[in-house]
Amino acid sequence: MATHTLEAMDLSRLFGTNHAVKNVTFHLNKGEVLGFLGPNGAGKSTTMRMLTGNLAPTEGSIRVCGIDIVERPKAAKSNIGYLPEMRPLYKELTVDEFLTIAARFHNVNSRNISKAVEAAKDKCGLGHMSKRLIENLSNGYQQRVGIAQAIIHEPEIVILDEPTVGLDPIQIREIRKLIKDIGKKHSVILSTHILPEVEMVCDRVQIIDKGALVFHGSIDDLKQQRKGNKLLVGLSKPPAIKEILLIEGVSLVENVEHGIFRIHIKSEYIPAEEIVAISIKKGWGLFHIAPDITSLEDIFVQLTQVQPK
Amino acid sequence: MIINIARKELKTVFASPMGWIILSLLMFGFGWMYLDGVNNYFQIMSGSIRPAERVGVTIFVGQTVYGAANFLMTVATPLLTMRLISEERRNQTLPFLFSAPITLTEIVLGKFLGLIIFLGILVAYIFIMLSTLNIWADIDFGYLLGNSFGLMLLVASFSALGIYFSSLTNQPIIAAILSFIALFAMGVLSTYFASDPNHWFHFISLNKHYQSFTRGVIDSSDVIYFILFIATFLTLTVRRLDSDRLSG
Repeated sequence: MATHTLEAMDLSRLFGTNHAVKNVTFHLNKGEVLGFLGPNGAGKSTTMRMLTGNLAPTEGSIRVCGIDIVERPKAAKSNIGYLPEMRPLYKELTVDEFLTIAARFHNVNSRNISKAVEAAKDKCGLGHMSKRLIENLSNGYQQRVGIAQAIIHEPEIVILDEPTVGLDPIQIREIRKLIKDIGKKHSVILSTHILPEVEMVCDRVQIIDKGALVFHGSIDDLKQQRKGNKLLVGLSKPPAIKEILLIEGVSLVENVEHGIFRIHIKSEYIPAEEIVAISIKKGWGLFHIAPDITSLEDIFVQLTQVQPK
Repeated sequence: MIINIARKELKTVFASPMGWIILSLLMFGFGWMYLDGVNNYFQIMSGSIRPAERVGVTIFVGQTVYGAANFLMTVATPLLTMRLISEERRNQTLPFLFSAPITLTEIVLGKFLGLIIFLGILVAYIFIMLSTLNIWADIDFGYLLGNSFGLMLLVASFSALGIYFSSLTNQPIIAAILSFIALFAMGVLSTYFASDPNHWFHFISLNKHYQSFTRGVIDSSDVIYFILFIATFLTLTVRRLDSDRLSG
């Protein structure tokens, strides 16, 4: 169990009579990036607020590095760095001032504060922004300051709630790279509703919907689900669908748009070669053949629309 | 950790013009009252009053300045306390404090201490200003100390009440109005009941308990009253923040 830096057991949270989070159990391994996926309002932020001691769980317990957060909140919280969805920045301060305060609040030894501030700025690429007021920084840089305050005390666990929301594509790429770097030294929980992000950044993923976990596994498991047994075939002189159905192993043919067919295969073996051979023989004018990868969005929709087991 | 929170509060109050403006306006106000007091002293005491009814310059000017301080602080303290928690709530910066290894009590006490240090600058300023009378006259420092101590307790009580109202809302302006109304109502009521010195209201009235200090007397029962008043509202504030964590 020593490798689990964070464990949540049977976590539930009621708002009135409404279960925002229901019996969520999971753990975080040392040095991994865990993606926390879910549609808006699924309970991602609620879970994160509970993990960081901002919200008391109705039921269940949270252990941070083996310390119960309800029983010994101070000790538990000192192992966590948290960036909430709305970044908590004192905009009237400069980057240096703000990070110094963050370091002090997280019990960084007073002699090491300036070193810690420098290190955090370095990691987040904020070096040249030291004396700027946070208010005057661009969105992306403000987000970096938010991340810097979460890692300033070198916590075991870094929890980032939708860190890339509202950033432009270049900033998103930079922030993702930054998160990957952080993931090398710390355990990271990252919540998002952007699916490709999970694939790019995370080692493991769990999907939450309507307060309950509907999927958890490694990123490869998720990818596995994506590669169904479907082929996308483009034919410039398409035959009748009946003819394609005659090919061994084909169970269903959909006409996606003119000349593009989605061919469902019932067997494990994908008869791509046969399809190519037949279409050449019969002159169907094959111009495209590729596995039809179910988009993550589709998996996501599938998972979140099926009732959890 | 309380000190760290207090430092942060002071830093933010001086990082915006608000702190400087309030500080300078109040200093201007007190300076004005002081000059006014000194001028009036010479006019009033120069003949028309019988020698037996004459008072010393310390008490005369002191009363003018400390009397004004009571009123000015009723207006100024809500303006200073209003942002303490409600602004953090509005800017969603409270999670920054809540997820740091700091207890709620430390947060509230730190914020309170930060404000007290800020207000302490004013109280010290008034004390030093009045002490300058000593250049021309032999003044009663005991009277000044008693008054300063009383004023400090009074503004600390105002602050505690203001922090509590600030924790109730995410609109600083509403917090300011609420705490001003509460303080003002207390002032008005104690004047209203002034004719009956044994009325129960005087037991809970800030002004009544402040009065002994204005004579330069430090009465332990009044000191305890103020400490209880402060403790009550700070506890309520902690409870209020805790209920945030519990009920979301």
